[in-house]
Amino acid sequence: MLWVDKYRPKTLDQVIVHQDIALNLKKLVTEQDCPHLLFYGPSGSGKKTLIMGLLRQVFGPGAEKVKVENRTWKIDAGSRTIDLELTTLSSANHVELSPSDVGFQDRYIVQEIIKEMAKNRPIDTKGKRGYKVLVLNEVDKLSREAQHSLRRTMEKYSSSCRLILCCNSSSKVIEAIRSRCLNVRINAPTEEQIVKVLEFIGKKEGLQLPSGFAARIAEKSNRSLRRAILSFETCRVQQYPFTSNQAIPPMDWEEYVSEIASDIMKEQSPKRYINLREVNGIRRVLLTPTNYNLDSILRILLSTTRLFQVRGKLYELLTNCIPPEIVLKRLLYELLKRLDAELKHEICHWAAYYEHRMRLGQKAIFHLEAFVAKFMSIYKGFLITTFG
Amino acid sequence: MAPMLQSSQQWVEKYRPRQVKDVAHQDEVVRVLTNTLETTSCPHMLFYGPPGIGKTTTALAIAHQLFGPELYKSRVLELNASDDRGINVVRTKIKDFAAVAVGSAQRQGGYPCPPYKIIILDEADSMTEDAQNALRRTMETYSKVTRFFFICNYISRIIEPLASRCAKFRFKPITEEIMSSRILHICKEEGLNLDAEALSTLSYISQGDLRRAITYLQGATRLFGSSISSKDLISVSGVIPQDVVEALFTACRSGDFDLANKEVNKIIAEGYPVSLLLSQIFDVVVEAEDISDEQKARICKRLAEADKCLVDGADEYLQLLNVASHVMLALCNMPEELNYES
Repeated sequence: MLWVDKYRPKTLDQVIVHQDIALNLKKLVTEQDCPHLLFYGPSGSGKKTLIMGLLRQVFGPGAEKVKVENRTWKIDAGSRTIDLELTTLSSANHVELSPSDVGFQDRYIVQEIIKEMAKNRPIDTKGKRGYKVLVLNEVDKLSREAQHSLRRTMEKYSSSCRLILCCNSSSKVIEAIRSRCLNVRINAPTEEQIVKVLEFIGKKEGLQLPSGFAARIAEKSNRSLRRAILSFETCRVQQYPFTSNQAIPPMDWEEYVSEIASDIMKEQSPKRYINLREVNGIRRVLLTPTNYNLDSILRILLSTTRLFQVRGKLYELLTNCIPPEIVLKRLLYELLKRLDAELKHEICHWAAYYEHRMRLGQKAIFHLEAFVAKFMSIYKGFLITTFG
Repeated sequence: MAPMLQSSQQWVEKYRPRQVKDVAHQDEVVRVLTNTLETTSCPHMLFYGPPGIGKTTTALAIAHQLFGPELYKSRVLELNASDDRGINVVRTKIKDFAAVAVGSAQRQGGYPCPPYKIIILDEADSMTEDAQNALRRTMETYSKVTRFFFICNYISRIIEPLASRCAKFRFKPITEEIMSSRILHICKEEGLNLDAEALSTLSYISQGDLRRAITYLQGATRLFGSSISSKDLISVSGVIPQDVVEALFTACRSGDFDLANKEVNKIIAEGYPVSLLLSQIFDVVVEAEDISDEQKARICKRLAEADKCLVDGADEYLQLLNVASHVMLALCNMPEELNYES
């Protein structure tokens, strides 16, 4: 089992990082009732862990016996029926799902599942009616309509159903929902807290930690606990016993973005056209193809451009499922490290501009490439004015 | 074992005024409606104003007072944004309800029970234009037996033909005194201890929205028990502490991009909602005395653009960084590059 899962706190008492929040949450559910909750904070800060701890606090150990289910919901929308497939995680008392997975029809899922849950509500031994909890992930990715339809359903079925919403940024959740929930902000753990957790894990695993090693991992983790633990485990696999100057392996995609950044700092050129001489060369090769000759074609094609190469690399990142906005952010980070102060303002303006465009547009690659091209033109202009 | 559910009601519902005369601060509306209660004649109505000041409360109260609990179900239709309200619903549900005739006026159990039905369309500004158009004729055809109550935040989203058929009432934002007296009333009922500082904080963070104020109060009570300080309220409401905003501002004043970048990173890691931060920056900028009008204009323009981008779903970090960079340029009187416009 990965350490991330192995050492995930199971109850609210075990948490190390957000002790004050856990304490408040415990107080909140002592009366066996809770309001709707909205958890928000950056990724890797422990939202999910706290939610699971809270569920366990309310429902007892039964909350951990979850089963994964892939259900098809038949939804009657006026004149036609819609089939929607969605994976849910459910126990006897709670259901967890990410309604944004179904895209623009998320509205139906929200209404249908809540109604379904309200219909068969649990009854405890004393014959009293209880409530179920619905955990919705990524509410910030829900469409506007889904959010609007959530607001009334939240009130209508509040006697039998509590919602726990979880998202990265509460800016994208509409005001009406925010005002109906108790908002819980989960901040990213500080570096000291990460160090504390790493030392805790090290002790449990019986590892020798050289001084300053945990701090270095924490520093590289960008204040994400999940990432810190993952890279800690990677280090363990790579080399043990640890040495205090052991290199902490960066994520390979970050390396890659860093490479792209150096590339475009080095040379700024769009794709140039292949000239006539080269076309003739290619034609000659194609008449008598040998391995050696084909290589030369490749060399001609590759030599032409920088922007073209960058495009290939960007595609590589995207096909490996790195989200485009993360690529853009990382690229900006790498570029800002290398730039003069006066250019930084302009570059960050364009990064924001193209990220916004990317959100509105269809294909991310256009906007990533546009950003690279824009950067090249600005940087080249800057070089020419300063150095002539 | 499933936990038991205690009948802990939302305070917003618990303290909702049940009678029109209890509605705070909306004198004209109350006067007209009390008159309605006496004469039982009533025009179509359109209530508009910011959220949390009693529009829905008033509409529900008048309906209850006119018909009483028995007839309420058969005489009042309540529709809001979470119900499907496309043109189909207007054509079928509303029309069917409107078309049913009602008996003549008889007083029943102390309620006036006038001979018409009421359709309350809450959040009417989120209806599509087509649906609103479809309503026009329906309103007139059945005006003998049906009264419409439209409730909305923005009157400009209601099409003119509908608005002109209604008596319009603007609901005023609730003043601080009325809000305080209402909050203190609830505190007394619930046995809460609220000092003067917390009270003023509450009215500041809720910005005239009584519903929000009551929700915050209840949230804080649940977490922190019966004596509430202003710090508790701030942590419940999710308002960003002033020193965070100040720190960002100081970083911008320094003119050092990397410093501002670090500050922005910190804010994002703390998980503060950026849309809220923008409006708090706006407050600081507008009130600051040492910033010239031109600088203010430059900053505000950027804030507006960033806000729009956030609504479109753009990344919070990049937008905030962009705002910070522009605030810095404006404060340090550095020229913006001309080629910023695409």
